[in-house]
Amino acid sequence: MLLPILRRLAEMLFVMFGISVVVFGIFFATPGADPAARIAGRNATPEVLAQVRHSFGFDEPLPVQYVKVMEKLFISRDLTSFVNRGEKVIPAVVESTPVTLSLVFGAAVIWVVFAIIMGMIAAATRGGIPDRLLMFLGLVGISMPVFWVGSVANLITQSRFHHTFLFSWVPGLGYTPLTQNPGMWFKQLVIPWITLAILYIGLYGRVLRANLVEAYQEDFIRTARAKGLSERRIMVRHALRTSLITFVSMFGLDFGALVGGGALLTEVVFNLPGVGRLTYVALQSLDLPFIMATVMYSSFFVVVANAVVDIAYAWLDPRVRDAR
Amino acid sequence: MPADLMTANPDGTLLDVRDLCVSFRSERGIIRILENVSFTVREREILSIVGESGSGKSMTSLAVMRLITDPNAIITGSITYKGRDLLKLSPKEMRALRGREIAMIFQDPMTAMTPVYTIGWQIEEQLRAHQNLSRRAARARAVELLGEMGVPAPAKAAGRFPHQLSGGLRQRAMIAMALSCNPSLLIADEPTTALDVTVQAQILELLLRLRTDFGSSVMLITHDMGVVATVSDRVMVMYSGIIAERGPKPDVLGGPTHPYTLGLLHSIPPMHGEKPHRLPSIPGSPPAPMGRPAGCPFQPRCEFRMDACASRPPLFRNGMQEASCWLAEKGMPDWAHERAIRAAGEAA
Amino acid sequence: MSDATTDATLPKTAAAETPEGPWRVALRKLFRDRTAVGAIIVLVLIVLACCAAPLYAKYVSQSDPFQSNLDGSITLDGNSVDIMQADTAGLGLGVTPIGPTWHGQYFFGADNQGRDVAARMLYGGQNSLLISFFATVVTLVLAAIIGTIAGFIGGLTDTVLARLLDVLWAFPVYLLAISLSIVFISKGIQIGPFTIPSNSLILPIMIIGIVYVPYVARPIRGQVMSLTRSDFVLAARCLGVPSFRILVRDILPNVTTTLIVFAPLMMALNMLTESALSFLSIGVQPPNASWGTIILDGEDLLYTQPMVAIAPGLAIIITVLALNFLGDGVRDAFDPRAKLRVKKD
Repeated sequence: MLLPILRRLAEMLFVMFGISVVVFGIFFATPGADPAARIAGRNATPEVLAQVRHSFGFDEPLPVQYVKVMEKLFISRDLTSFVNRGEKVIPAVVESTPVTLSLVFGAAVIWVVFAIIMGMIAAATRGGIPDRLLMFLGLVGISMPVFWVGSVANLITQSRFHHTFLFSWVPGLGYTPLTQNPGMWFKQLVIPWITLAILYIGLYGRVLRANLVEAYQEDFIRTARAKGLSERRIMVRHALRTSLITFVSMFGLDFGALVGGGALLTEVVFNLPGVGRLTYVALQSLDLPFIMATVMYSSFFVVVANAVVDIAYAWLDPRVRDAR
Repeated sequence: MPADLMTANPDGTLLDVRDLCVSFRSERGIIRILENVSFTVREREILSIVGESGSGKSMTSLAVMRLITDPNAIITGSITYKGRDLLKLSPKEMRALRGREIAMIFQDPMTAMTPVYTIGWQIEEQLRAHQNLSRRAARARAVELLGEMGVPAPAKAAGRFPHQLSGGLRQRAMIAMALSCNPSLLIADEPTTALDVTVQAQILELLLRLRTDFGSSVMLITHDMGVVATVSDRVMVMYSGIIAERGPKPDVLGGPTHPYTLGLLHSIPPMHGEKPHRLPSIPGSPPAPMGRPAGCPFQPRCEFRMDACASRPPLFRNGMQEASCWLAEKGMPDWAHERAIRAAGEAA
Repeated sequence: MSDATTDATLPKTAAAETPEGPWRVALRKLFRDRTAVGAIIVLVLIVLACCAAPLYAKYVSQSDPFQSNLDGSITLDGNSVDIMQADTAGLGLGVTPIGPTWHGQYFFGADNQGRDVAARMLYGGQNSLLISFFATVVTLVLAAIIGTIAGFIGGLTDTVLARLLDVLWAFPVYLLAISLSIVFISKGIQIGPFTIPSNSLILPIMIIGIVYVPYVARPIRGQVMSLTRSDFVLAARCLGVPSFRILVRDILPNVTTTLIVFAPLMMALNMLTESALSFLSIGVQPPNASWGTIILDGEDLLYTQPMVAIAPGLAIIITVLALNFLGDGVRDAFDPRAKLRVKKD
């Protein structure tokens, strides 16, 4: 059991290295562009440019530059923004992480619960009207741009219907830390949670239904019936349990991707100061060091999440556990 | 239902299937899979149902268990088990019967067991579905059952997942699970097909023991005449959804009265005497349910085909055996006499 | 070895013995699927409408959707109405663009610069469709090449390509797109003698196309690998059929089927990605429009003239929904597993 985990961790380190090289390549070694000018931002004075060149070692060969950048990112952690003079990048990223985590955790709870309910109802009534209706709604959910849903949600809850009893409880856009005011934290996040969850409810509900229908073709479902188990137990303990293997591995990947920047659009629309919004603001001011840092940290998070998923996968599926 | 009817009939009949028909509605009309299948299983008896794939033997077993879930299936006839017609039971009553009164084991224990649970867990699940047992007691009983089925180190095996066991051990576990609630009837659907030959023999021996150790009747579905010869009391040969021939094993194997049974027997190597250069086989293949000919379904492949075959033969009785063949109308066909005499000579 | 021998061993060609080829069977199935046909009709209508954008601007909207029109006015029911109307609320200092007129001119109203949103939507639709279509082409072509090479050749080539895909796969899509966009779109790109200006559509096409390559390349690699190791290919190899022939006759047709199944779904995904990048102002660059940029324009007017943001969003939803329905239909029509699901005994 230990050796496969170690191997998976080594793989993870390799992918992290690969990502750092790709990011470095995109930001510093793109042909036809002066990286110093990009990092310094628009309207940079020659002194600033010179300072950037020196501190990133742009007069030295690429491998040296790579090492210097990685050192700034992960060891000394003193990468600074040149657009917003002197702002340290890494602490800003760390500070905004709880916001993103709050958003994604809540949405994940909603989407997992609703997707399982939706998938089970659809699979139990397969071919029937509830099945078709749910699958259609799921497809609509998948087809909506999340930022547009957020905008419409804001329009409804903040403006058009804010004065009715339905949405008068919705506070203004923004974020209140959980430690400061749990009630406010919850109220401000409910609408963003739902917005973010809609897409994933549709996606997961549809995938789960497909997996459940496939599971129902399996011999072991027939055995379970022959054992005299109730339909409910067959659904939950046999069909759902075996279908969850795909579900969980998908969940890990999406959760990782969301924390690592996928929630960016939702954060922007709802004005939540998370990592995604940080990236967005940096994007508007072309603040390269900031973007590089968020991209690097986020993708590392995704890689770690993927590794965790693989290990969880082995735990869920005894066949995989033994194959390793 | 009066309680006394729940016990077996005085003549020892456990299961009485009459005029069972199974058909499916499809785009191209109704497909008749089983046509008027009738048979009985007596207490502590092993009935073999034999036939090629597509003969309807598995469909028969699934119908008895009421495991045909396709909404397009139409099932008629009666399946009387201990005096109760299974086709008239509510789903809930049927569920209480499945696993407790009638249990089933399947061809491939690898795919027939849920891959993510240990075999101990799966046996416990069945025990606890029908008996009021604590987890601990159920586990103890599961281990005990595995031991009785000849699984070595049963306590350890109970903690294993299906894929971690060999095919033979998996099938033993499957049988242990099926027998966990002492069912009166065990339906075994090709229980040895997926196994090695040596393991096959062990599993068959186990099935033979069930009668004495558990008092169960067995309905054995197989395509293997060798298996039929080893374990059964009575044999029912199916062909293309109908009963071709049935009767006590020595009669049917010793003196078949249906050409199809004869063909099946020719296709197994003889135990004694000179071995034929090449095993004969029945030419052609069984008809698809949609393309079943009018009259006797076997006639296109039958070497004794005659004019009468254009209409469907009923079951003709000769002694203990019955065959749906016009040849059997006027007593046993000639070949059957010869064979019966030869069989008697060999036995002597 | 003669062709006849190989033909007999290969399922692909064996299927051709039936009067209808697998392609025609799939197409016939597709056109029998009512939902898929409906989706195709909707998509054709959308494409035609977007193609007619110049006509709409000239004859219906009678305005230039790329020119700000802050002082103009239109005639509605005989009255002259300003496009930018003075605010009635508050201090009355600001101006609000006209809302939906539900008439030919300014059907969905005007944006902050007094431009006709409906006309811009048709032009924007051209860009959204073009980008998502060509990005799909880029993804599928690259994925097919990488996946086939990795799966067919195997060995070191496969290891290198597979690792590369792993790295790209681990990248969150939006972050990779943002990284690429910020570098390219801020200043454009110069490769040797070629200059791609920062507002060229080629940039979002390439960015979106590249980002999704691992999503398609991975399954294709797996498929090619299992085909390469399958019995019928082994048999063909034993018969001395050259590798290239195996590739062309047995592997590529299967890969093509997979690509066709992926195409509508990828295009739907690309359309959503395009709109998201444009919404983040790193997709289509002004003065060009796309449905995403119009939603961005509408953000400022969300509480006053919400139709500016709602209408292009609905256009995206309808198009993506139609593509997804088409994708389902195509998958059902081409998926051979659907055929194999026949009841056992």
